Amino acid sequence: MAEQNSPLGGFRFPEGPVTIAEIPFLTQINIRKEPDSSLPLSAGTSSRSGDVDILWLGPDEWLAVGPPGGFTEHHWEGSVVDVSAQRTTISLRGPHVRDLLALGCATDLHPGVFGVGACVQTTLAHAPVIILRRESEFWVLVRASFATHLAGWLVDASREFAVEALP
Amino acid sequence: MRAGHGGLVDRDRPLRFLFDGVEYQGFQGDTLASALLASGVRQVATSIRLGRPRGIFAAGVEEPNALVQIEEPFPEPMLPATTIELYDGLVARGLRGRGRLADRPDPARYDATHAHCDVLVIGAGPAGLAAASVAAASGARTIVVDDQPRLGGSLLGTGEQLDWVERVTAGLRAAPEVRVLTRTTAFGYYDDNHVIAVERRTGHLGAQAPAHLSRERIWRIRAGQVVLATGAHERSLAFSGNDLPGVMLAGAARTYLRRYGVRPGNRAVVLTGNDSAYAAARDLHAAGVEVAAIADLRPGGSAGWAELGIETLPGWAVAGVSGDDHVTGVTLRGPDGTERHVDADLLLVSGGWNPVGALYSQAGGRLVYDDALAAFRPDGHCRQALHVAGSASGAYQLGLCLSEGAAAGRSATRAAGFEPVEPAIPKIKEREVTPGLAVWMLDGDESTQFVDLQRDVTVADIARATGTGMRSVEHVKRYTTAGTAHDQGKTSGTLASGVVAELLGVDVGELGTTTFRPPYVPVSFAALAGRDRGMRFDPVRVTALHQWHEANGALFENVGQWKRPWYYPRDGEDMLTAVLRECRTAREDVAMMDASTLGKIDVQGADAGEFLDRLYTNMISTLKPGAIRYGVMCRPDGMVLDDGTVIRLTGTRFLVTTTTGNAAAILDWMEEWLQTEWPELRVRCTSVTEQWATVALVGPRSREVLAGIAPGLDVSKDGFPFMTWRDATVAGLDARVCRISFSGELAYEINVSWWDALTLWETLAALGITPYGTETMHVLRAEKGYPIIGQDTDGTVTPHDLGLGWAVSKKKADFLGKRSFSRAENSRADRKQLVGLLSDDGTLLTEGAALVVDRTSLGHVTSSYHSAALGRTFALGLVRGGRDLVGQTIWATLGDEPTPVTITGSVLYDPEGARRDG
Repeated sequence: MAEQNSPLGGFRFPEGPVTIAEIPFLTQINIRKEPDSSLPLSAGTSSRSGDVDILWLGPDEWLAVGPPGGFTEHHWEGSVVDVSAQRTTISLRGPHVRDLLALGCATDLHPGVFGVGACVQTTLAHAPVIILRRESEFWVLVRASFATHLAGWLVDASREFAVEALP
Repeated sequence: MRAGHGGLVDRDRPLRFLFDGVEYQGFQGDTLASALLASGVRQVATSIRLGRPRGIFAAGVEEPNALVQIEEPFPEPMLPATTIELYDGLVARGLRGRGRLADRPDPARYDATHAHCDVLVIGAGPAGLAAASVAAASGARTIVVDDQPRLGGSLLGTGEQLDWVERVTAGLRAAPEVRVLTRTTAFGYYDDNHVIAVERRTGHLGAQAPAHLSRERIWRIRAGQVVLATGAHERSLAFSGNDLPGVMLAGAARTYLRRYGVRPGNRAVVLTGNDSAYAAARDLHAAGVEVAAIADLRPGGSAGWAELGIETLPGWAVAGVSGDDHVTGVTLRGPDGTERHVDADLLLVSGGWNPVGALYSQAGGRLVYDDALAAFRPDGHCRQALHVAGSASGAYQLGLCLSEGAAAGRSATRAAGFEPVEPAIPKIKEREVTPGLAVWMLDGDESTQFVDLQRDVTVADIARATGTGMRSVEHVKRYTTAGTAHDQGKTSGTLASGVVAELLGVDVGELGTTTFRPPYVPVSFAALAGRDRGMRFDPVRVTALHQWHEANGALFENVGQWKRPWYYPRDGEDMLTAVLRECRTAREDVAMMDASTLGKIDVQGADAGEFLDRLYTNMISTLKPGAIRYGVMCRPDGMVLDDGTVIRLTGTRFLVTTTTGNAAAILDWMEEWLQTEWPELRVRCTSVTEQWATVALVGPRSREVLAGIAPGLDVSKDGFPFMTWRDATVAGLDARVCRISFSGELAYEINVSWWDALTLWETLAALGITPYGTETMHVLRAEKGYPIIGQDTDGTVTPHDLGLGWAVSKKKADFLGKRSFSRAENSRADRKQLVGLLSDDGTLLTEGAALVVDRTSLGHVTSSYHSAALGRTFALGLVRGGRDLVGQTIWATLGDEPTPVTITGSVLYDPEGARRDG
């Protein structure tokens, strides 16, 4: 198998107070069907089964996200589409992650509102994204064509947190 | 002069600054205005129209007079000196009205952020602090915004209850769910409690401002509940000479003394129509300013302030002010007409107080005139979830402000779903209040009775407006410009209404005020732009091959947000040479293009065929799995919306392509019809635009090349016919190959995973295959008469106009646009039709050029190129009745000269379609 190239494979994220990294090649399957109990049914929530997260995207739409090569379209019924390469995943860690995201995202990510497992389709830096709150990090799933723009925006925005406080 | 002690400035931290070329010293905590007053500077600016000397009139954002230009550290025009925190090295000068933008790029960073809260408190004076302390103690997510560097609001200027302010501030700063934003002005109030504020983060640090922090930040705050505690602004009175430096709002003078430790003069006269000026007089008197007299316009004077030790003159007014460039004396006039001259260098004025209603008004609330207040105040019936408290609601006594603030905090907190906690609020012993007088103008020379100091608008100007018949303050505002300056009439707006009412002899309450619109304070464009500038003005979308394109010298074209390779010039090639070379290679040999930006939508479900039959003009449901069809979509009006190919994957699954710019719009279009009109259809759509990268392999040698890298694929003419697709291994990759052509040549579109695009492309590049860009693509398709939707069409063009009548089904019962095709208008012979155009002398026509016969415009040029295959220029255009005019001459305008052009069919190259199969 020839080498595959992730959208941010050539992008260098500098070290900083916010740890930003690409998690490439995750398997992502878009599922559209009538809701059933195997899927998260509340808006903005996700469920976890093993190492697969299923994200609620709409009343009849979900996104299953898991490790590379973990599963295929055939795991689900309905209108099922492999979109693994459609979006890449950016992981954000550190105490300033919420402040960083707030610079470009109008969604309320306060832990009381957006706890572990919460997800939302929104825009970040004017790019359409899916944000998923995981235990110790945020995932931002971004369309491959927007990934370089978003990565550059995040790095530029995180300059803010290079120094703790105003003099 | 600086008082010997007192104020909230840090006298151990002197700061040096330059004003109008003279060096002065102030202290940390000063504003430029307080430092100038402390240094004895009287005239700060010059009036815009009349060139009159102007001094410092107010102490805050409402300042109408003292506009300055900052020169260093970075030029900024038109800032009120009262809003500039002093810093070391500040260089400024006074302005006559207009400032000057910097002649160099601003190196500072600006940005924006979003915030959410249960309770937003705007204004941290006594009412706001009381409200915030309730909200914070109850656990509600609370944001407090205040435009000053420290909390306290009016208490900083009166010196009252500062211990309480300290305690509340410390408590707010320590509370985990509270965000305190100082130096932040809420300037816009929009629906659903969306409040926009600007935070001035580092400007007060002067040249020491750290570069990594934004200088100013726009806050977009979504609040469950809002407490408006925006306070009140003191207003002036219209009397002769009321613009001379040394005439100052009484409350401002008190602020300069109490907050900045500055005596704004040595000998003062006070002119007032309400009680508030007495406190200023008392404080100044106590600090050593000689207060010669208080002229109280009220016949009975004030009951609560009898024992001040200052001469009070009930019923007296100011008849005139003497002095050339600042006040040297005041002429007072008694109720019986007696005049008395008093030497003074300071005239303190209080015409009353206006609740700051700008945000309330922006929020959709109405301001009503309150006779008892002699001012407009919020009517208390705003549609938004807001609570007005303190002097913003017309409560002018401290105790009332505190209790109203606490009550607003309680109701906001409860409405946000929290149990309010009772805060400790200082007990205040109030004086007896004598109601203020609704007084606007005094007797005197109307041409020196200023209403709007910044705009140099006098009572005489307003009288001229009403004299022409104007009856609305909105008209008077526009005629006189009163209220249109940087301060938007903060001190003059109500006064202007009062003067108009008096001149017209109508009730000021019925007359009303002018409209309040955002922004409440001037906001720099740099702050509004934030980081959305340059490359980040709009997201740049790139394909998986973008870095290869860059590394190989491509120039790029913007297509929507996409950067697409435009052409790939080789050494020494200009655009024309490069494009002709690319075209020749595609027509005579083999070439490749990155077509990944095409929109791709996966359409699945039992009714997918039926759904697509309704969307496209042609029949889709009869397509066999493995086959491809070109399709056209129209809007219900029958005009072309988009075009592309439809691939049938299985009986119930299709892959639809859209034009690059329309990908999102067509997915929305599909969802709209499915969700609103055809919910019975069992169909679901999923965007896969970036799942697949697409490489077009074009030219007579493309079959041979494909065969070489896809050895398992039967590429023969019969084994892989035109308009079919095959899953295959190409260059070792899983691929879907489509035999479609946008050039008329034998061609394939190879689709692979976005992750595999570079491998495929580099495999082809290693075979020496020439890449081409969008310009060559446009030439090749135009030679074949294939329209680009959005370039050759404009929303008024039917498929028939484009010569695509063959793609409009006559069998289908219905589809979007069908009904419109039976309209008489749609079958007129003189509709604009797509035709080819050949200029007689070979000139390259200009896209957009008008096409004219006998001074009548018949249409315009939509596409125009040099053609390698034709060996000449050619164009496409929309021409009225064009297909009937083939062979005839028409004139294209080119600059001032018309050029003769011969109309041809739209297909100029290989009209027989002989090249399609190689």
